[in-house]
Amino acid sequence: MKQTRNWVFLMLLLLLGVMISACSNDNDKKDTNKVPTNVPVTTDTPQEIVVRINDDPDFLDPHKATASISYQMILNIFEGLMAPETDGSLKEGLAESYEISQDGLTYTFKIRSGVKFHNGEDLTIEDIQYSFDRLMGKNGGEKMSNNFDNVASTEAPDTTTFVIKLKEPNSNFLYSLTARQAAIIPKSNDGKHNENPIGTGPFAYVKYAPGSNLVLKKNESYWKEGLPYLDKVTFAFQSDDQAAIMSLMANEVDLTSVPWQRVNEVENSHHLSHQNNNSSLIVTFNETKAPFDNIKVRQAMNYAISKADIIDSVFAGYAVPLGSNMSPAMGDYQKKGLEDKYKLDVAKAKALLAEAGYPDGFKTKITVSSHNDIYSNIAQIVAANLKEIGVDVEIEVVEWGIWLDRVYFGRDYTMTTIDLTGRASAYEILNDYISTNDSENFFLFKNEEYDNIMADVLKETDTAKQIAYYQRAQEILAEQAVSVYVADYQIVWGSDKQVIGLKSYPFWFHDMSEVKFSN
Amino acid sequence: MMYMIRRFILLMTTILLVSMITFGVFQILPGDPVRTMLGTEADATQIENLRSELGLDRPLYEQYTDWIKGLLTGELGHSIRFSMPVKDLLLDRLPVTMSLAVLTLTIVLMVSLPLGMFAARRQNKLSDVSLSTLTQIGMAVPSFWLGMMLILYVGMQFSFFKISGYIPWSQSIAGALSTLILPALTIAIPQIAVNFRYVRTAILEQMQLDYVRTIRSKGMSERNVMYKHVLKNAMIPILTVFGLIMAEVVAGTIIVEQVFSLPGVGQLLITAISNRDFPLVQGIVMYITVAVVVINFIVDILYSVLDPRIRLR
Repeated sequence: MKQTRNWVFLMLLLLLGVMISACSNDNDKKDTNKVPTNVPVTTDTPQEIVVRINDDPDFLDPHKATASISYQMILNIFEGLMAPETDGSLKEGLAESYEISQDGLTYTFKIRSGVKFHNGEDLTIEDIQYSFDRLMGKNGGEKMSNNFDNVASTEAPDTTTFVIKLKEPNSNFLYSLTARQAAIIPKSNDGKHNENPIGTGPFAYVKYAPGSNLVLKKNESYWKEGLPYLDKVTFAFQSDDQAAIMSLMANEVDLTSVPWQRVNEVENSHHLSHQNNNSSLIVTFNETKAPFDNIKVRQAMNYAISKADIIDSVFAGYAVPLGSNMSPAMGDYQKKGLEDKYKLDVAKAKALLAEAGYPDGFKTKITVSSHNDIYSNIAQIVAANLKEIGVDVEIEVVEWGIWLDRVYFGRDYTMTTIDLTGRASAYEILNDYISTNDSENFFLFKNEEYDNIMADVLKETDTAKQIAYYQRAQEILAEQAVSVYVADYQIVWGSDKQVIGLKSYPFWFHDMSEVKFSN
Repeated sequence: MMYMIRRFILLMTTILLVSMITFGVFQILPGDPVRTMLGTEADATQIENLRSELGLDRPLYEQYTDWIKGLLTGELGHSIRFSMPVKDLLLDRLPVTMSLAVLTLTIVLMVSLPLGMFAARRQNKLSDVSLSTLTQIGMAVPSFWLGMMLILYVGMQFSFFKISGYIPWSQSIAGALSTLILPALTIAIPQIAVNFRYVRTAILEQMQLDYVRTIRSKGMSERNVMYKHVLKNAMIPILTVFGLIMAEVVAGTIIVEQVFSLPGVGQLLITAISNRDFPLVQGIVMYITVAVVVINFIVDILYSVLDPRIRLR
């Protein structure tokens, strides 16, 4: 009898303990949070990093993958003939050097020697031929990309030379030769590129556990002397931003994006780096449907929607305003000053609406995806802004899959908001989604001058003249008020203070090749 | 024997009905698996290729009948999102969810039974009243919130606990416990509250019966009265509730795995649904159906063990 009572008492104590610790105040929480960074650093810091990623890759096969999130990870495994630089330019990758003929049609690449695949085999010209054949669907399979429709032929005159001939000159062609578009993979691995991906990059594939993580290990025979430093890279999948930041604080991950509103919680204990995402966050319209087929209405929207409101409340200030698709992250390619073309002006917006035949405003609907809170938050600000000019906006929040189906592919919508992912190439930024020759033009914008520019720029080889074309294209986007170009938001990366060597690119890529833990 | 056969037929019918409902819902649900997977970057060629590769360009009824045929031969098909067999994905994640469920049930039993007995014996005394109030609160707390609080105030305080991910038992037992205890508590606390109340009531009911007075007057110790007689008789209603709780726990893992980023079946289900991964959703729904039916089956058998007067027919 007595024993039982003791036991019951113990149980009660246990329960009470849990309750008390659940109610304890956060004074001691702050102390323990700092513990990881105060721990004395030992000289043999393990060179192993855990990077948090929002979602699983779609494919590990670099030719099959399309989602930016996949490349964020797998670009560490694969390389292309050309390699991206952090400033958006290109340098030689697996090609040691290249030459472009006068007419801009023949590209001759000299292949780097001494490069090994992760399985120990040497990189040969057959592997390069195989990779391009696979992409273009020439070795039996289906065509895997539309990027090489312009290629007339490919050939390998000797064991270190690879020649690509184009049908028409294309000044953007080199951008299709990075690992993002044309990774070089070994012929011997045919049929297993997704199950057991093999490349030449700084890290080799170890294991993929769906929903859990992707593990890579150091490529000991990487052709860049002395690189990489890390022995092991783990990309851990965690969809919830709030949970991810707790993992960062608990030292379970070494690198993650930090929700803008929570930056101050980690700014003392962790290293923060700000990446201009190079994406453009837009509020856009179906330009074939009334009233947005009227340029005056679109301009009125531009005058009425406050970029500052959105930047402050959704991104806590971590964003730069835009005037076209092009972000300042693209340097000289960006036409400066367009972001001020439509300064917030309610009276002007009202006047434009009246001129367009809507003196009392109208009713409309904005359809946004639920996969990230930012879209519905933006929609709320847009609705509030537009109410002031008499436009009544109904907000419809749908699942990502439905958004893709209905808005992006189905084009059955009137208004939406989305961010267009950053690309390394100015051409792709301006052509994709906008010009009529692009199948992804989901706001159905149509402008002859714009299409001509996008066609002409490909024939231009002089960079200064290309820039002039691109800047004019941006002016057209602003003049025609194609969208409300809101902002390029920053991604704030929080990392362990010991992590150094992180690089940021104008697109999504966690380049781990030069990362290490300092002592 | 007849009983077993009837049970088996019932299981098959349930599976067929559930799979038809899932299939029907998928027909109505908007959204396309290939587009969702490839996102905004895919060009038309890639979408078409993948669709024909996965056999999604075939009529829907054909996809369903193929799936049923596969099921009869023990095949659950191929996941669209992860390009691997559904069976492998499930087998990979079952240990996580199973461990979580077993640990949760153990906690529920170990806490609610003694607490219920304790409260029943001290009916209407201060300890009983305060316990009843506490459990009232426990029942009202939503599990996602409880999970967050446990992460914040327990997981972040004690370095032993991992607040995300899973470490397999085979790798380290302490490691596995460090990833599972908090999620298990999250599911267990509300269930403890429920079970506690049933245990208390069941025991109180037995205590008022004549046989208790008789054995007491016979001079049997209070301890023997409780364990040899009252508890045994009270077990029947408790078992019924416990069967329900087990089903609740299976469902509870879905939310909790999301909160603690545990790579279990529940998390897989959410990914599968938002990606419109039909074969994977079907596979997981099958697992849940089988689990619930099997639990009920076990409960039925236990009835006859506890009370031999009950015959399985």
